[in-house]
Amino acid sequence: MAAAMALVRGVRFGSYSIGRSRSLIFNSLQRRGIAACVDPSIGLTDEQKEFQKVAFDFAANEMAPHMAEWDQKEIFPVEAMRKAAQLGFGGIYVNPDVGGSGLSRLDTSIIFEALSTGCVSTTAYISIHNMCAWMIDTFGNNEQREKFCPDLCSMQKFASYCLTEPGSGSDAASLLTSAKLQGDHYILNGSKAFISGGGDTDVYVVMCRTGEKGPKGISCVVVEKGTAGLSFGKKEKKVGWNSQPTRAVIFEDCAVPVTNRLGAEGEGFSIAMKGLNGGRINIASCSLGAAHASVLLARDHMCVRKQFGETLSNSQFLQFKLAEMATKLVASRLLVRQAAVALQEGRPDAVSLCSMAKLFVTDECFAICNQALQIHGGYGYLKDYAVQQYVRDIRVHQILEGNDFFSSWFSSKIS
Amino acid sequence: MSARVLVGVKRVIDYAVKIRVKPDRTGVVTDGVKHSMNPFCEIAVEEAVKLKEKKLVKEVVAVSCGPQQVQETIRTALAMGADRGIHVEVSGKDYETLGPLQVSKILAALAKKEQADLIILGKQAIDDDCNQTGQMTAALLDWPQGTFASEVNIEADKLKVVREIDGGLETIKINLPAVVTADLRLNTPRYATLPNIMKAKKKKIANVKPADLGVDVSSRLEVLKVDEPPQRQAGVKVETVHDLVGKLKEAGRI
Repeated sequence: MAAAMALVRGVRFGSYSIGRSRSLIFNSLQRRGIAACVDPSIGLTDEQKEFQKVAFDFAANEMAPHMAEWDQKEIFPVEAMRKAAQLGFGGIYVNPDVGGSGLSRLDTSIIFEALSTGCVSTTAYISIHNMCAWMIDTFGNNEQREKFCPDLCSMQKFASYCLTEPGSGSDAASLLTSAKLQGDHYILNGSKAFISGGGDTDVYVVMCRTGEKGPKGISCVVVEKGTAGLSFGKKEKKVGWNSQPTRAVIFEDCAVPVTNRLGAEGEGFSIAMKGLNGGRINIASCSLGAAHASVLLARDHMCVRKQFGETLSNSQFLQFKLAEMATKLVASRLLVRQAAVALQEGRPDAVSLCSMAKLFVTDECFAICNQALQIHGGYGYLKDYAVQQYVRDIRVHQILEGNDFFSSWFSSKIS
Repeated sequence: MSARVLVGVKRVIDYAVKIRVKPDRTGVVTDGVKHSMNPFCEIAVEEAVKLKEKKLVKEVVAVSCGPQQVQETIRTALAMGADRGIHVEVSGKDYETLGPLQVSKILAALAKKEQADLIILGKQAIDDDCNQTGQMTAALLDWPQGTFASEVNIEADKLKVVREIDGGLETIKINLPAVVTADLRLNTPRYATLPNIMKAKKKKIANVKPADLGVDVSSRLEVLKVDEPPQRQAGVKVETVHDLVGKLKEAGRI
């Protein structure tokens, strides 16, 4: 069998990878860390290596084979995500008493990095879902935690994070969606833009204005799908992230019980920013996974593709390029993991580090994936090859969840 | 049933790794290479855990022989549901020459010491493809064996095993205690869940030396050299059946 595997390994076809003991004979693309220097398990504890292994296995078996189809047909893979939730991926850093896994930010980063090799878009959505579950777990009272968290951790219900509006992106504190108190309800009016999962998810964590202008007038409320006055815009057509729907979320005299407010009035912006600190690490981790997979794909292609009488792997120029990509990958990984540790420990530099990590890593990893596509030549542009999907999917990581170091410094003064 | 199951797990080079022969041709490169649990051993662990969930066995003990690193493999078995582990310490030259005969002696000794009622192993390891350990262990213990199992059922105090053989499927009934080796289609190993991985940290792994079990691990085999398989040659296209027969005769094949 060992000899047979050595022979078959010469054959490589683009996107699909088959996993596990079922198909020991055939092995196309394996997105695990095999090359020693870019091995993502270096420096981890035994337990973290186990988490990573489960995530890599799940990505290779349950996600990677479908990644292209989910992208092309714009499928929101509910069943696959629920399977992931069964393993504990629905509320990774949520408290165990409400169904979460109670792991650290570093454990979370490792897990998302590995899952992302299977499908960036789906993993990114799972990370947003996790962020919302954590916000309710951390800032909600016991009734709210018990009402929402168990279903979110099992992914019986899905969540969306609603901050951005057509008129307020980077300037999030200027949001206009209003929430006027009437008896024991807030009446919401306004709209949110670019909401991941919008329309298909069940629980919406919404930042809205209950008070004065600026960040101190913002509160955070949980709105459930089916509430009267809650509607959605058309599904956006995007360059990537196609396994999650993106829609505007519209509030027209939408009545939300006051008991759905997380924390006190005026704490909403701070809650939102704290959620985003972790969100930035998660998004950066997703970029890492894509870059890691792309480096391996590029290397594999270089070993197979022949030009000028020899394989590309003999080209000194391309060897240097690959080495640069590997270096950037390792550097990015170290920064994200440091940021995760800082956030876990509540260090004073945590917020800045999270922003720096997100800014640096999303940019570097996009460059890596882009370079990997270039190495594939014309084939890299074909949708039969996975590398273009990594490029398209992580391009948006440089845009969302905030990439301006200044705005994070500013927000750190508020929270 | 108060049965105890012993499951052997082997740490091997990950099945996805491209194997390279060492320049001195004494073996394959293992330094810095990703290792994981032998896929057939994963299937064996899964079967043992399933039996425990059906309440047909009481305790699942995972065993591995090798240096410090095999503890990772035992931990994976614990994360899948084994109750405790035994690490038989073998390192250095002894580990390089460790083969089925020595391992089966160790497993036989452990089975007696732990009073196991059932041993489940993978049918073979993907690094040496020996397919001998299960059979040798059964012989040393004078226990019946159900190898290449694609289905295992406990009925009364006998074991019904469906075996995958060249001719198809063979069903046998064997007495307990017995040795079973797992084949590909026996089950699909579960993913360890995050909570189970954390619980596994608290499970115990005992350390044992082969000498404590009265086993001599010196090998009677010596590896002379290890080579890559020959490069695949291009084929030849022929026009007619006549030509085909002629070419085969030329090559001395018929």
